[in-house]
Amino acid sequence: MELLVACVIGVMTAGGIYLLLRLRTFPVILGISLLTYAVNVFLFTSGRLVVGAPPVLRDGMDAYADPLPQALVLTAIVISFGMTAVVVMIGLGAFLGSDDDHVDDGPHDHDSTPVEDQP
Amino acid sequence: MSLFIIVALPFLGALLPGLMYTAGRAACAGVTFTVSLAAFLGLLTNLPSVLAGEVLTARIIWMPELGLNLTLMLDGLGFFFALLILGIGLLIIAYARHYLSRDDHMGEFFTYLLLFQGAMVGIVLSDNILLLLIFWELTSLSSFLLIGFWKHLPEGRQGARMALTVTGMGGLAMVGGMLILGQIAGSYDLSVILQNRELIQESPLYLPALILILLGCFTKSAQFPFHFWLPHAMAAPTPVSAYLHSATMVKAGIFLMARMWPVLAGTPEWFVIVTTAGLITMVLAAVIALFKHDLKALLAFSTVSHLGLITMLLGTGTPFGAMAAIFHILNHATFKAALFMSAGIIDHEAHTRDIRRLGGLRKLMPITFVIATLAALSMAGIPFLNGFLSKEMMLEEATHTTLFGIPNLVPILATVGSLFSAAYCFRLIGHVFLGPVRDDYPAKPHDPPTGLWLPPALLIVPVIVIGVAPFVAEPFVKLITASVLGEAGEVPKAYFKIWHGLVPALFMSMAAVVGGLLVLLLFKPLLAAWDNTPRPEAKVIFEGLIESAAGVARWVILGLHNGAFSRYALIGVATIIVAGGYAWTTGTIAPPTRELQAVGPVHVATGLMLVTAVAGLVLMHRNRLLSLILIGIVGLMVSIGFVLLSAPDLAMTQFTVEVVTIILLLLALNFLPKRTPVESTLLRRVRDGGVAIVGGLAAFAMAYHYMLRDAVVAPISEFHLANSYKGGGGTNVVNVILVDFRGFDTYGEIIVLGIAALLIYALTETLLDGPVRARLLNRKLDQARAGDVHPMMMVVLTRVLLPVVLLVGFYIFLRGHNEPGGGFISGLVVSIGVVMQYMASGFAWTSARLRYPYHGVIGAGVLIAGLTGIGSWFVSKPFLTSDFTYVRIPPFNEFELATAALFDLGVFLAVVGAVMLSLESFSRLARRAHYDESEHPMDIDPSRDAAANEAGGAA
Repeated sequence: MELLVACVIGVMTAGGIYLLLRLRTFPVILGISLLTYAVNVFLFTSGRLVVGAPPVLRDGMDAYADPLPQALVLTAIVISFGMTAVVVMIGLGAFLGSDDDHVDDGPHDHDSTPVEDQP
Repeated sequence: MSLFIIVALPFLGALLPGLMYTAGRAACAGVTFTVSLAAFLGLLTNLPSVLAGEVLTARIIWMPELGLNLTLMLDGLGFFFALLILGIGLLIIAYARHYLSRDDHMGEFFTYLLLFQGAMVGIVLSDNILLLLIFWELTSLSSFLLIGFWKHLPEGRQGARMALTVTGMGGLAMVGGMLILGQIAGSYDLSVILQNRELIQESPLYLPALILILLGCFTKSAQFPFHFWLPHAMAAPTPVSAYLHSATMVKAGIFLMARMWPVLAGTPEWFVIVTTAGLITMVLAAVIALFKHDLKALLAFSTVSHLGLITMLLGTGTPFGAMAAIFHILNHATFKAALFMSAGIIDHEAHTRDIRRLGGLRKLMPITFVIATLAALSMAGIPFLNGFLSKEMMLEEATHTTLFGIPNLVPILATVGSLFSAAYCFRLIGHVFLGPVRDDYPAKPHDPPTGLWLPPALLIVPVIVIGVAPFVAEPFVKLITASVLGEAGEVPKAYFKIWHGLVPALFMSMAAVVGGLLVLLLFKPLLAAWDNTPRPEAKVIFEGLIESAAGVARWVILGLHNGAFSRYALIGVATIIVAGGYAWTTGTIAPPTRELQAVGPVHVATGLMLVTAVAGLVLMHRNRLLSLILIGIVGLMVSIGFVLLSAPDLAMTQFTVEVVTIILLLLALNFLPKRTPVESTLLRRVRDGGVAIVGGLAAFAMAYHYMLRDAVVAPISEFHLANSYKGGGGTNVVNVILVDFRGFDTYGEIIVLGIAALLIYALTETLLDGPVRARLLNRKLDQARAGDVHPMMMVVLTRVLLPVVLLVGFYIFLRGHNEPGGGFISGLVVSIGVVMQYMASGFAWTSARLRYPYHGVIGAGVLIAGLTGIGSWFVSKPFLTSDFTYVRIPPFNEFELATAALFDLGVFLAVVGAVMLSLESFSRLARRAHYDESEHPMDIDPSRDAAANEAGGAA
């Protein structure tokens, strides 16, 4: 089981990184989403894997899955929705404003020479 | 008066001039003067105890574990400097009132001045060296504002920047030195550090600490090779120069050397570094000063030279040297402030400070002539003026000092320095005031109003009094010297008198004065020789250094940060992998403590689907619609994984979030291109793939190792499991953690979520107001539209479903405390129910039926959650303490009422509001782009068509 979950985390991370390195906003956003899954699952596994013992108290049971990582990951999932929405909005705004959805500004797009004091 | 009030007064008073500015210049200066006067008088109230040799302290313990305490101390040395700072400050304020023109913003000026004054007083009264460092940096910052006060002058801005750079860098070095010193002594309190002379001087870290602290002192006090900033700071208004460069800012470094004298001085290292720097500065600056034509530049270099003199005296490490240094600080502050103010008067009245354009002012400005001449003669070391006495003591000390084993080196250099010092003083008198009256001054010079000449005239009083009757100053100077020396030395017995007999110092002094006169007579040929000598120009070197530093910074920044996101992403990922790999290979990994658990077919199937979906996503990401479906599958499989691994709450959350995320991405995709073109080269894709595979392997390895080992320390969740029912009243531990144990976290998170939604809303508004709006209106659809945008089946179905969804949401909300569910999940479920209406029936129809704006819903949610937390204050419990009870209302069974449910309601509302506001913002864009928007829920409606037909037929 542990091997399987670790594989899944690895595959999602790899896919996420690859898409993160693409040149257009949409695949980059998908890559970030994949990485989010991977990170959330990884955080979740910090409570170690437990089958058939959800952290809902029952009479006669004394072993439960670790509830704390679950609570933290729960809010992380919701927050990551908010962040995805913001990133999508920024990407969309950039595309609508310039008709271009590249993530890279060329190095010559900005003249970075600082303004000097002219005596 | 309490030391705290003395330090705080200038800072608090700094608020007033800005406020009083509209009340007029007199009121503005008046309030500044009053504040300074109050601090000055407050300081004087402590005079009796200082004279009695007491050390006053005031302390507020703040973080004793870190040695961070607000502790102040007033001894003789601190009192002396505070007296100079506040006393000369008063004269400067009065002077500046008349000096500044109507175009200068006086409120701003006095605010900066008071800030600076407060910082200086803070330095000299600090007992904690960390506190001292803060005040030290504050003087750098406030002097930056003062030096650059005339923002319209490029020299002012450049001078201010140079001063800030040099003193700021020195300040940074000093931070390091002070921290080392504190580490050696085991305390950051000066009073403790000063007791530990042996401990500090024997420490191997003594030399680094000494060098770092001296860097701070030398930069601040403009010692060679950091002397170059001070003359450039002369671009400031004259009151600033008079204040900063006679009595305060540049004396801060001297003060610190004096303060640290008992623990740092007396070693060969201290002697060589400090004495050499002082000697070089003294001679070099005196020579340069002679050839400066700008009156203020001349005075600036003379200040540098005199600071060198004082530094050299402190460097000798003898009690007599320290006493001479203190005496000269006092004398220099008086005559130099008077000279700066006189220079300001000349500039003010004659409209030039160029010595070559002046001369003969003796007859035109008699009052200024008297003041400036007395001050200059004192500086030159003429008997019966105070400068003579301390210069004599310096020469006396020089005859007893041997540097580098070369006999007579120090006395000769000291005499040469004095000689040039006398020469530039004579030049100042001769070339500005004496000689024939000219007829080509830029303006007609005359004596200034009383307000301008009175402050320097007052300073001449001590110059003469001390000069004629040195015994007046003797007890005071000896008192200060005693507090400088501490237990490290005895105050010398020597008496202050004008005539010491035919001692070597007298002959050196005579040589200096006569030599000075000779130099002045030979000034013309000397100047020609000076002008023909090539010299390194400090400003050019400084700017070259700054430029090369900026070049390196630019190279690094542009190399890493050239606007290409994919590059940062690559650098970031690679760095993480490398750092992780380093940690992995250098750390030790404990043997596994857990067994691998068995895998069932469902697990394998879920995992396989997930991996397949990810693989498909990577391979087919260019088809964006398809990739959306695939990422939906990934999310779905993750939530199934949560179900299988005992996390029902997570599964429900992941599932519902997945739905809204996909809807959101669909809305965005509506505007974006539907395909991603092939742009990157094969090589690049291989590279990215390689990085991705390495990163994936790293994540795999880490997760795998992690899961096979138990936690090193017992997880705190055992507490949560044990107390969830007893203390929180709920059996669903995850929910109890969210709304109770870690409710404050959750509170922060719903606020973040709300802010994210508001940000999206604001971005949409901006886009719709800007040029994007026209683009949207003219947008051509890139895909064929469905004939039936709002299909009847879907409309009917979603509307029937809405109450069911709301019911489910309500149910999930209520049971959340004891079963999987809760505010987050029910909020998402309800959002989906409402979003379905938007999708099925259209934006216009749905928003027309919307009663509450989503911003309000977010706000209400945060408010309810916050008020629930505040409620616990009323029963004297900390924020967000929850309580619960069981009630029974017939005909229901007994049920639980918990304040946590109210908090959860806040979470619910915030989630609904945030999700809906985000989605609505996206669809507002969509609505803008569509040409026609039906008010009707369905596009095809036979009854409406029939009615239209009837109406048409009737017409």
